[in-house]
Amino acid sequence: MAEVLVYVDHVDGAVRKPTLELLTLARRIGEPVAVALGNGAADTAATLAEHGAVKVLTHDASEYAEYLVVPKVDALQAAHEAVSPAAVLVPSSAEGKEIAARLALRIGSGIITDAIDLEAGDEGPVATQSVFAASFTTKSRVSKGTPVITVKPNSAAVEAAQAAGAVEALSVSFSEKATGTKVTGRTPRESTGRPELTEAAIVVSGGRGVNGAENFSIIEALADSLGAAVGASRAAVDAGWYPHTNQVGQTGKSVSPQLYIANGISGAIQHRAGMQTSKTIVAVNKDAEAPIFDLVDYGVVGDLFDVVPQLTDEVKARKG
Amino acid sequence: MSLRIVVTVKYVPDATGDRHFADDLTVDRDDVDGLLSELDEYAVEQALQIAEDADDAEVTVLTIGPEDAKDALRKALSMGADKAVHVEDDDLHGTDAIGTSLVLAKAIEKAGYDLVISGMASTDGTMGVVPALVAERLGVPQVTLLSEVSVEDGTVKGRRDGDAASEQLEASLPAVVSVTDQSGEARYPSFKGIMAAKKKPVESWDLSDLDIEAGEVGLEGAWTKVEAVAERPARTAGTIVKDEGEGGKQLAEYLASQKFI
Repeated sequence: MAEVLVYVDHVDGAVRKPTLELLTLARRIGEPVAVALGNGAADTAATLAEHGAVKVLTHDASEYAEYLVVPKVDALQAAHEAVSPAAVLVPSSAEGKEIAARLALRIGSGIITDAIDLEAGDEGPVATQSVFAASFTTKSRVSKGTPVITVKPNSAAVEAAQAAGAVEALSVSFSEKATGTKVTGRTPRESTGRPELTEAAIVVSGGRGVNGAENFSIIEALADSLGAAVGASRAAVDAGWYPHTNQVGQTGKSVSPQLYIANGISGAIQHRAGMQTSKTIVAVNKDAEAPIFDLVDYGVVGDLFDVVPQLTDEVKARKG
Repeated sequence: MSLRIVVTVKYVPDATGDRHFADDLTVDRDDVDGLLSELDEYAVEQALQIAEDADDAEVTVLTIGPEDAKDALRKALSMGADKAVHVEDDDLHGTDAIGTSLVLAKAIEKAGYDLVISGMASTDGTMGVVPALVAERLGVPQVTLLSEVSVEDGTVKGRRDGDAASEQLEASLPAVVSVTDQSGEARYPSFKGIMAAKKKPVESWDLSDLDIEAGEVGLEGAWTKVEAVAERPARTAGTIVKDEGEGGKQLAEYLASQKFI
């Protein structure tokens, strides 16, 4: 059976959930061969094997942390040469897309980004995308070279599927351009203890209606009662009420959770572009005319300062 | 020595308007109102700031697009860019990101550059890969997705805010940079700027000026194919209730019915 390269997104050996979703999708079109790079790469093998990886190619070098993007492209290109896969799948993070695109160009292949579904097809894998603030879906395939496809988080339910996960060292010689952009400093993000926004099953967001940084505690309390991630609209972030890393929308993060609860968010297209493919959408807003109510499965027209705390109490009570 | 900055911009269909596909499954760019992609305004702004800080600099704004794409160039010129290049050719219809990067790279080389600045992604395609592809083609460093950028003594420095960490980056010029919407508010064109823009040079180039064959770009030259497009069915109207003191409880009831709690 054909092999499919899967690029592993991990932090010091801890594999991020979207990679496991990728393994599940890869199994629809071939046998997954994972590529894990950098510090902790070998530690990813057990988890990857549990989710279908027949092989795990690993390589660690200081270049991965010291220089931007290009060393990873070099490594993925080496893996491509070694494996001759039927496709290359990469998680759709900002960096993932850059790595995937540069690889595609080098190997003379087309690239599809931000797929939300993947299926086998007669002429190669077919990727589904959600475009124009989710007003259209498209089906596309790569017509030249080895399909390189990046896939968004929450595109598939993770399936356990024990496979061999045999670890093999990947031989990589870095290109001349690998050291072009130096990373001169790095500040890791502080962990909030909450799920990562793009991967979370439930997202609770606050917008202009929250009216102040200190009031976001109400949003956080609801999020915590549901085990959810916290999002913020651009208005709230621009006002300085919540960090940009939590911004949901066209210029922030794109999320597609099982449940999205929008509080005090009007639902302008910029925001909708970031959350419109959420499976269930709920909103609380004082304004009955807010465009967000056109999107919702359930909406409450009311003051979020009354509704949200009451909801939080109810959730806690039911959870016992 | 003059710092030559090239800003790549895109003319995109207005997101608040009716964006749709043409019969050949390309994005309809003819029958729609378009404008300079909002995310490219940040690129123009940073280019202008870097130019203002440099002893001697020139900002050229470059776009690929149909006739109306000149509007995007005009806006950038009104903000303060010095000159513009419009690459226009019927054979470019339906070009994919790979093809776009080829045309941009050749146009950038023809224009002459020390620094290329792009937006973080277009607001229609939203791929965010063209700057990286252009860097790959030009064989120069990519310093992308910066929330802060500065240039000094032939070095570009910036801050990239990723998922897992915030990184300080540094590269020697020539380089390709992209900036995010966090990089600094873009200036509004002044009336004086709008008037001055009318006199600024706008060059038009086609594929033959760039030594590119029609078969390398366009719909036929693309390395990906869109096979089908479907309009998403409108979400069936949901239940809206007015809070009369029990709104939170009613919402909890709904979430329970959907098995979320």
